Amino acid sequence: MSDSRTKRQTNAPEQAGEPQQRRTEMRVRPTGPIVPSSNVSGHALMCVIAIMSFLACLTLGGVSMVRATAQSWQSQISREITIQIKPDDSLDMEKALADARDLALTFSGTTDGKIVDRAATARLLEPWLGEGLDLDELPVPRLIIITIDENNPPDFASMRKALTETIPQAFLDDHRTWVDRLVAMANTTAMIGTGVLALVFSAMVLTVVFATRGALSGNRHIVEVLHFVGAEAGFVASEFQKHFLKISIKGAGAGGLLAALSFALAGFWQSRTLATPQTDQATALFGTFTIGYGGYLGIAAIIVVIAILTTLTARLTVMRTIYEIDLIRSDPGRTDLYQS
Amino acid sequence: MIHFENVGLRYGMGPEILRDLTFDIPRRSFQFLTGPSGAGKTTLLKLLFLSLQPTRGLIRMFDRNISSIPREEFPMLRRRVGIVFQDFRLLDHLTTYENVALPLRVRGKEEASYRADVLELLKWVGLGERINVLPPVLSGGEKQRAAIARALIDRPEILLADEPTGNVDPPMARRLLNLFLELNRLGTAVVIATHDLSLMDQVEARRMILSQGRLDIYE
Repeated sequence: MSDSRTKRQTNAPEQAGEPQQRRTEMRVRPTGPIVPSSNVSGHALMCVIAIMSFLACLTLGGVSMVRATAQSWQSQISREITIQIKPDDSLDMEKALADARDLALTFSGTTDGKIVDRAATARLLEPWLGEGLDLDELPVPRLIIITIDENNPPDFASMRKALTETIPQAFLDDHRTWVDRLVAMANTTAMIGTGVLALVFSAMVLTVVFATRGALSGNRHIVEVLHFVGAEAGFVASEFQKHFLKISIKGAGAGGLLAALSFALAGFWQSRTLATPQTDQATALFGTFTIGYGGYLGIAAIIVVIAILTTLTARLTVMRTIYEIDLIRSDPGRTDLYQS
Repeated sequence: MIHFENVGLRYGMGPEILRDLTFDIPRRSFQFLTGPSGAGKTTLLKLLFLSLQPTRGLIRMFDRNISSIPREEFPMLRRRVGIVFQDFRLLDHLTTYENVALPLRVRGKEEASYRADVLELLKWVGLGERINVLPPVLSGGEKQRAAIARALIDRPEILLADEPTGNVDPPMARRLLNLFLELNRLGTAVVIATHDLSLMDQVEARRMILSQGRLDIYE
C-alpha cells in the first residue's frame, strides 16, 4: 500500500503537468548505436585484426626488402664486364690495355671503361703475394672494367670476337656464370618471400573472417530483434557493416601504423650506425631497412583489404543469420538453427 | 483481417502441435487466447506473427495468402503487426526510450519526428521517469511495459501479446489490460495469450481456447 501511495505521489506532479519538472525528467540521452559500440568480442576482434595486419605488413615490407636486395646483387654484377689481358713478351701491355678499352667503348651499350692500374692490381694480389710486389717480375694479367647499360647491354659475342682479333691475349668475362647463379638465388629468395607472404595473407584472411563471424555470433539476438520489429535485411546488414568497418579500420590502422613505424625506426637505427660491423653485415644481407613509397602504399592497401574483408564478412554473416531465421519460419523442424 | 483455414503445424517429424485450426480475427476485435501450458499458444502467436509457416492449411493476412508472399516482403507485413514477446526481447545496450523507438528507427524515421510520441507513450505506460534506464536495471513489470510500448509505437493493425501480465502484480495487470482496451477502442485488433483467468474475467471478450492442439472459440 505504502508503495502505491508513494508512487501516486511521485506521479501526481507529472500528471498535473508541471512544465519545469517534466522538461528535466524528459531529457533523453543522445541516441546510441543499434549495434553496441564496444563489447568484449569487439575488442578481441580489434586485437586480432591489429595483430594480423601488423604481421601481414611486416611480411610485405620484409619480402619487398629481400626482393630489392636480391635485385641489387644481380644488377651490381651485371652492370659490369671485365676484360682480362694476359702478359706476353711481344705485347706492350699499357698500349694493349688502352686499345682494348677503346675498342670495347666503341660498342653501343657500354658507358665507361676503367683500367685497373698497376697499384690497384698489386693491392688486389696483396692478400696472396704480400706487399711490395713488382708486377714486371710476374706474369700477372691486367684488368679493364667496362660499365655497361644493363637495360641495353652490348653484343658480348661480337665484342669478344673483335677483342680476340685485335689483341689475341685479351679475354672477355661478362660474369654470366656469376650473374646466372645470382639470378637463380635472387629468384629463389623472392619466390620463398612470395610464398611466405601468400601464407601470411591466407592466415590473415581466414583469421579475420572467422574472428568477425565469432564476434557477430554474440550479437545474434540483436539481429533477431531488429528482424522482428520490421527491419529489412539490408538495414540490419548496414548497421552491422558500419560497426565492423569502424572496428577493422581501428585494428588494421593500428597494426599497419606499428609496422610502418618499425620500418622507419629500423631505417633510422641503420642510418645512425653506419660503418659498424653489425650494420654492415645486416645491410649486406638485407639491404637497407627502407620500404619506400611502394612499401607504405602496400601497408595502406593491406589496411583497405582488411577493412573490406571484415565489412563484407559482417554483411554476409548477418544476411545468413536472417536467412536462417526465415528458414526456421518455412521449416519449423529446423530448431537446430534457433539459438534463443 | 486474418483468416486461418484447416491450419496444422508440426515440428519436424513429431506429432502435430496445432490441428485443423479454422478461425478469423476481425479488424478492431479483442480476444484472449488461452489454454493449458504447452497447448500451443506461443506457437499459434508465432504463426500469426509470420515467424513460422504452417505445415498444412491456409493463412490469409491482410487479404494476402502468406504462402505466396516472397520473404523480402515479410518485414513490411510485420510492421503491421505488433508483438510482445514472453521474454520481452529488449536490447540491453539501449535505453527504455531507444528500445521503444526501435521500430520507428528501423523504418528510417528521423528522431525529431517521433521523439514526442515515444515520450508520450512511455508516460502512458508509466515509464515516464525511466526513459534513460537500461533494461537490466528495470523490474520485470517495467520490462513488460517497455515491450508493450515498443509493440504499440507504430500503431499496428493487430497487437499480439504473449503472457503480457505474467510478470506484474494485479493492479499493474489491470492497468495493462486497460491499456490494451484503450488501444482496441482506437482501432487495433488485440490478441492476448494468457492463462490468467482473473484477467479474462475482467473483460467480456472473445475467448479462443487451445487444448491438445485444437481450438474452441467462445464468442
